[in-house]
Amino acid sequence: MTNGWTDVANADVVLVMGGNPAENHPVGFRFVMEARRKRNAKLVVIDPRFNRTSAVADLYVPMRAGTDIAFLGGIIHYTLEKKLFHDEYVKLHTNAAFLIKDGFDFAEGYFSGWNAEKKNYDRASWQYDLDAQGHAKVDPTLENPRCVFQLMKKHYARYTPQAVANIVGCTAEEFESAAAIICSTGKPDRSGTILYALGWTQHSHSVQLIHTAAMMQLLLGNIGRPGGGVNAQRGHSNIQGSTDMGSWNNLPGYLKIPRANHATLDDWLKAYTPKALRPNSMNYWKNTPAFMTSLLKAYYGKSASKQNGFAYENLPKAGETENYGWGSFFDQMHKGAIDGFISFGMNPVANGPNTPKMLEALAKLKWMVMVENFETETATFWDAKKLGDKYYSTYKDPKQIDTEVFLLPAACFAEKDGTFVNSSRWLQWKRAALPPPGDAKPDQEIIARIFLRVRELYEKEGGRGARPLLDMTWDYTNPISPSLEEVARESNGRDVNTGKQVAGFGELRDDGSTACGCWIYSGSWTEAGNMMARRGQEDPTGLGLFPGYSWSWPANRRILYNRASADAEGKGFDPARTPIRWDGTRWSGDVADYKGDAKPTDFGAFIMLPEGVAKLFAADLLEGPFPEHYEPVESPVANPLHKSVSSNPMATVFKGPLDPLGDVKEFPYVAITYRLTEHFHYWTKHVASSAGLQSNFFVEVPAQLAKEKGIKGGDLVRVRSARGSVEGPALVTKRIRPLKVEGKTIYQVGIPIHWGFIGRTRGPLVNNLTPSAYDPNSGTPEYKGFLVSLEKL
Amino acid sequence: MQTVAKLIDTTLCIGCKACEVACQEWNDQEFTMGVFNNTYQTMPDLAPNFWNLIKFNELEIDGAQSWLMAKYQCMHCADAGCIAACPAPGAIMRLPNGIVDFAQDHCIGCGYCITGCPFDVPRLCAKTKKVYKCSLCSDRVAVGLEPSCIKACPTSCLTFGSRDDLKFAADKRAADLRKSGFQQAGVYDGPGVGGTNVIYVLKHADRPTDYGLPKNPSIPWTVQLWKGPVKLLGNLVFVGGLLAAFVHFIRVGPKESHDE
Amino acid sequence: MTSRRDFIRTGVAVTTALGFDLRPAIAAARELKISRTTQTNSVCPYCAVGCSVVIHTLGDKARNVRPTVVHVEGDPDSPINRGTLCSKGISLKEFIVNDRRLTQPLHRAPGSAEWKPMAWDDAVERIARHIKNTRDKGFAEKDSQGRTVNRLPNLAMIGGCTDTNEINYLISKFRFGLGILSYENQSRL
Repeated sequence: MTNGWTDVANADVVLVMGGNPAENHPVGFRFVMEARRKRNAKLVVIDPRFNRTSAVADLYVPMRAGTDIAFLGGIIHYTLEKKLFHDEYVKLHTNAAFLIKDGFDFAEGYFSGWNAEKKNYDRASWQYDLDAQGHAKVDPTLENPRCVFQLMKKHYARYTPQAVANIVGCTAEEFESAAAIICSTGKPDRSGTILYALGWTQHSHSVQLIHTAAMMQLLLGNIGRPGGGVNAQRGHSNIQGSTDMGSWNNLPGYLKIPRANHATLDDWLKAYTPKALRPNSMNYWKNTPAFMTSLLKAYYGKSASKQNGFAYENLPKAGETENYGWGSFFDQMHKGAIDGFISFGMNPVANGPNTPKMLEALAKLKWMVMVENFETETATFWDAKKLGDKYYSTYKDPKQIDTEVFLLPAACFAEKDGTFVNSSRWLQWKRAALPPPGDAKPDQEIIARIFLRVRELYEKEGGRGARPLLDMTWDYTNPISPSLEEVARESNGRDVNTGKQVAGFGELRDDGSTACGCWIYSGSWTEAGNMMARRGQEDPTGLGLFPGYSWSWPANRRILYNRASADAEGKGFDPARTPIRWDGTRWSGDVADYKGDAKPTDFGAFIMLPEGVAKLFAADLLEGPFPEHYEPVESPVANPLHKSVSSNPMATVFKGPLDPLGDVKEFPYVAITYRLTEHFHYWTKHVASSAGLQSNFFVEVPAQLAKEKGIKGGDLVRVRSARGSVEGPALVTKRIRPLKVEGKTIYQVGIPIHWGFIGRTRGPLVNNLTPSAYDPNSGTPEYKGFLVSLEKL
Repeated sequence: MQTVAKLIDTTLCIGCKACEVACQEWNDQEFTMGVFNNTYQTMPDLAPNFWNLIKFNELEIDGAQSWLMAKYQCMHCADAGCIAACPAPGAIMRLPNGIVDFAQDHCIGCGYCITGCPFDVPRLCAKTKKVYKCSLCSDRVAVGLEPSCIKACPTSCLTFGSRDDLKFAADKRAADLRKSGFQQAGVYDGPGVGGTNVIYVLKHADRPTDYGLPKNPSIPWTVQLWKGPVKLLGNLVFVGGLLAAFVHFIRVGPKESHDE
Repeated sequence: MTSRRDFIRTGVAVTTALGFDLRPAIAAARELKISRTTQTNSVCPYCAVGCSVVIHTLGDKARNVRPTVVHVEGDPDSPINRGTLCSKGISLKEFIVNDRRLTQPLHRAPGSAEWKPMAWDDAVERIARHIKNTRDKGFAEKDSQGRTVNRLPNLAMIGGCTDTNEINYLISKFRFGLGILSYENQSRL
């Protein structure tokens, strides 16, 4: 989240789209209700289903899954057309005035630079027009036809209310009533927030979708403002922290994974330390060398010296264009290229796309380690034929599966201390209440024991790649079960000469004098102690920032980009909601997303970006600098905007024998998968209360479709896709409305996810149905908007 | 002592069922498997181990899709039909704070309270032969904690306080709703039973049955009769019972104070 | 010192129509179940709202006592949830104290149709040996162009999103020590 849960109460308009907070984040949703009670805020819900959030909304508009960019693109058009945008904000805080090189264009579904053979873009024509100093040229009047503002206007001119309605399936009137409420926040004294979740991320064009939302919020002047922002609700307790600590393509703190062509630390620094694109850009990532060197120092300790490039060589390096993401490595596993697999608290048979393929992939492993609280479908995948009943009747017998499996019992949250980072970026320290049951062990002990034993083997026997393994620091007081307090201190960082904890990332150096495991967490455990365990109740601004409660990354800042809440002179756009104030010498209030004592005119508000301003036009994304509506990979219609380029041309779609795609003739209905409030993911089928409250898998079927098919509530139905099927009783409802798209009636079918073949309550795994199609930027699978058939059994 | 009450502002209810589970958790009730009946409401009714139920109702109101959700439980009536009907001394009592509480130790399982209740709330357990219902967490309230369901409620659909304060808040909320265009918004608090200590705000107060609430709740005539002429007879039985309770008190009281 | 229990007992006067005080009978029936618990502050492990919870355990953490969870309730000090919880958070006791929890390492041998218990030391030993063998087979110091890459393509790893930052940091050291690039967590899904 750019802002945070408590801040939602400051909103005048709450747009819920791609999420269902009343269902999935009920406690976070309380701030929506508070905004309504205190500010008479309006709640607008755009969703394929009239869901629990819609039940209390001021306006609900139905939509077809996967058409969010069309809807938001329509809002951008509406905002520009009716001049409802926040003019001063757009000019001051975005790259609207930046000039783009000649040659940038968009036609027939492709941006300029498309290489039909390689199926990718040459992004040269998407770049800024630079002056001799390497700074982008700008036109503050926004009139130059090559400026971002004009190009954007042109790009979204096609997204008229009628065009949007024709794609999305609502009426133009419904679209316009939503647009009017949303765009009412373009006024300086109003702010609007967006709450989204997996309904926006689980598409083959999800990153572009989030970009569209950011563009809309920038045009309305809602970024950096209390009650504003683009807020991902996030699904797991520490999904944010886990992401902060790295992913296949990131080191901790969002430092990029080295590529093979970055042979030395200098090569890496050259590639990933950005240069300012405007004279007033602070370009904070220019400190990348300090962050990277401090990480290497934390990882490799005494083995990291200036002479050896701080042991940078030890880090694994991916090929320049290689992808080691979820889709890729499970595809590799399916091809037999992966021998071993380790999972800490994840259940890919249940939560990954295309379960039939997943089961085949796991059977090709030599060995697998699962660390869990409960038995899972993944741990016991080898018995899927028996336990999974009819769904996997053609799967292998256990005796044909040679994978050796270790299922290790782990302590649960209550049995461990340490921090979770919530979606507001608050790091909250928790304490252990009791020891784990039986012989279960805390994860730190499980990791440490395995790691240390592997190292012993290398020390004794030698072997390939011993150096990176043996160089890695593990100098905890109790190495076999590291104290999480010590680990937290290491993440914060310290001065290696004095041993003192650093107070913040401003103290990190690129000369090896500081070590820091995750630079964005610098300040979380300082010489003053564990800031994450703080329980202060003060809220001096009255905006729900609670600066003394827990600790928020970065730098305990509660609202990201908060400098953008004020004008060029530092005066807040809305005097009643100013998160930061400039008193002539210093900024006060929230920790300013700015230099604490820099004059308002010194720098652009977006200090992390080389532009110094936010990007309406973003050349970083793979499929275009402006988001464009593309259909889901499986869609009931060809893209009404450009039929020949229907889905995202850059989408990652696997094409193996177990990756079939379905056609609308055989699979005429649009399906979406989602959670229910009674359950948490695939865990609570083990928990008596949840298993009781939602014991049964079911399929939500639009009443009109049910009537056509002669299906009554409770009738057993089968939903089938090109990958697999699920069966369950139908919940026949008018809450899923049929939609008119390109003159056709489109039905959507809703499929809740929480069941599996192991648990107190059981049911089909819905990922039997989902395709091996992913967003190319993020690698997120397309769970919203794929094709299925429906039959009464 | 002030009369306590629970305000249910149904316009804020999201059907999250936190109140249902909070009730079961606090009262250590066994979780049972729900049933599928073409609705998100998987518990069809209140039960001896399930005292708090959100009723879900999908319907169209004035052509607009609606999904009404309203929590259903003991209403803690001022003129409580269950108390009127109950023949077992000490089994049902009104606490001075207005809570109508069942003491199962004294319940004889006759089920008269079920007949007496205009809201169809108490449930007889076949196994223990006792009747159960919401106690408004009298144990928590006594020590200054709010009832479990109310504490859990994320959206402030549920609030706890003195009846006077909550009645005032409810009237104000209903007036605000009417001002925002919901002409039929109103307060539901059971005038037919002398007022209830559970107060609802309904957006569509003209159609309480759509929320699963009876239209004009009142104590059945059979129980009214029991309260009248038959009461004398009943009281004779009642006094006998109280004597037994008194003996019990003398016997158990000192032991209780020792284990402090 | 006044015992906390005096206060916690249902202290209101309970009278019937006939004026008898039935307080002891009710107090016995309604002993507050959290009156003698140890309270520990924790954070809900489910979604990312980050609600704080208070875990009530019986047992004062003395040497020979094994605490048991009797109740979990929202923490009113948290500005996020202010004591409220959802239906899942309020029943966390059922998650922690659950007869389906794994309590010993289990092993499924190649071709086998069942789990067998395994001692920790044996499990760690076998896993470490598997990792060593996998790494000896697949670790690439150089790529096809002779560039140093130090990566381990035949071992994949997932997880962390349900665990603390600190565990995630240890996972990062584990995987970069081994050279694993194929690593993902729930944020992809």
